[in-house]
Amino acid sequence: MFKLTQKGLSLNPVTPLHVFAREIGSRLLSFLRFVGGFSLLCLQIGREIFERPFYPRLIVQQIMTIGVQSILLVSVTALATGSVMALQFGYGLSKFGGKLYVPKIVAMAILREMGPVFTSLLVAGRIGSGIASEVGSMKVTQQIDAIRALGTSPIKRIVIPRLVAALIALPILTLIADYIGIFGAMLVCMKDLAINSEYFIAKSIEALEMKDILTGMAKTVVFAFFISVTACWKGLETEGGTQGVGNSTTWVVVTSSIFIMISDYFLTKFFIITIYPR
Amino acid sequence: MMQIEQPTKIALDVKNLYKSFGDKAVHRGVSFQLLEGEILGLFGGSGTGKSVILRSIIGLEHPDQGEIIFDHTNIVGLSESRLIRIRTQIGYVFQNGALFDSLTVEENLAYPLREHTALSDREIQKKVNRMLELIDMKGSNHLFPNELSGGMQKRAGLARAMILEPKVILFDEPTAGLDPVNTKRLLDNIKNLKKTGITGIFVTHDIPSAFEIADRIAILYQGKIQVIDTTENIKKSKDPLVQSFIQGASH
Repeated sequence: MFKLTQKGLSLNPVTPLHVFAREIGSRLLSFLRFVGGFSLLCLQIGREIFERPFYPRLIVQQIMTIGVQSILLVSVTALATGSVMALQFGYGLSKFGGKLYVPKIVAMAILREMGPVFTSLLVAGRIGSGIASEVGSMKVTQQIDAIRALGTSPIKRIVIPRLVAALIALPILTLIADYIGIFGAMLVCMKDLAINSEYFIAKSIEALEMKDILTGMAKTVVFAFFISVTACWKGLETEGGTQGVGNSTTWVVVTSSIFIMISDYFLTKFFIITIYPR
Repeated sequence: MMQIEQPTKIALDVKNLYKSFGDKAVHRGVSFQLLEGEILGLFGGSGTGKSVILRSIIGLEHPDQGEIIFDHTNIVGLSESRLIRIRTQIGYVFQNGALFDSLTVEENLAYPLREHTALSDREIQKKVNRMLELIDMKGSNHLFPNELSGGMQKRAGLARAMILEPKVILFDEPTAGLDPVNTKRLLDNIKNLKKTGITGIFVTHDIPSAFEIADRIAILYQGKIQVIDTTENIKKSKDPLVQSFIQGASH
């Protein structure tokens, strides 16, 4: 392979190794750019979050968008997840005579893992993309510039309300998802596994502790922070018109989802070491 | 008795501005002064950095070098928090209006008043209505930007930039993309505002509009202000650069 330059055909061959190295280099640069931009944005948030003026109305608006409007999606997904888990565990464990452990296992799995992770993934899809596309559109239509030119701060008006709303809404959505997921599991246990509701509730309560709920919610606080700040950063960095907005949206959903899955492992490990009984 | 001419005050002093984007040097020592009470038309080819000058003045771009003196303060290098005071005194009319699309026209116009004044809702409403009347958009209070024509969006953007009664207004190609009727209407709006003694910079490709509005004209070419003179002198000028701009406009 040869490279076409302004001077004509260069004799320096462009080998697949060059292409590979360039691709790796460019990805590394993008990653560093993201890490730097994300950190700077966090610093700006830290500087401005406690300074006047405050915009409680914008936070309430965002809680409605991020939280209230996600309840249906989260509820349906949690109901389906809880039901399917009960069904799978029920049929799987019945082979070993362990059907009666289903309430304990399902409740613990939902509270510690499935509730927080599924809810966060849904929110990353729905809200992460929503924030990135909204802020990105504002950027390409100069509305972000207008906020600054009018003597106000995009961090205060755009980023902080979305961050605070996500930090409030996501743990609450997770709590709702936890209860609905367990309710779904209970319905399946009653209908398909011949486990009555009293037994299900008693065993679930026996297995669960407050720390299971709290650690699950603590995970979602980390996820909410990452999803909202990443989406805002990418939105504010958007360039290239409508195509740029589309690219930003996709990037946020992919990056947030990967972050949720990877950080969930480390957070779980951290909780196992520090909080859960050994 | 001999009359002593009062020296005209300088509203904005741009000194030796340099700005590059990557390898591309856009400004290579831009210098000019904006006098109080005048409108300065700023001409230049596409991509010569006319809008970048305006964006630098309001702190949306950071020049690599140089000074922009406004109200005894050098704007270049000021932090965002210190720029807030400057931005309440310099209005910026964006090319496409840049109205907030989630807010109505009334909310857009009220935005600077709510942020920077302690006016009551009633006073804000009164001020917004007066401004809407001035730009011939009476009764458009509750329309959203997507319900407005391009011309109306620009006029609403002009009203929003003017509502805090800033000392200097920056017009970034306000007539671009407008039909002749809307261009005339917008220019009439600006002329009405001019009667109130506004000071501003009018960046445009639209030479006839600039001749109609501006007191002086500056031409940005090869990264510098090459010519700056009164509109009358520019019209009469034999300078090939000036001619190329004027004749380009007449073709």
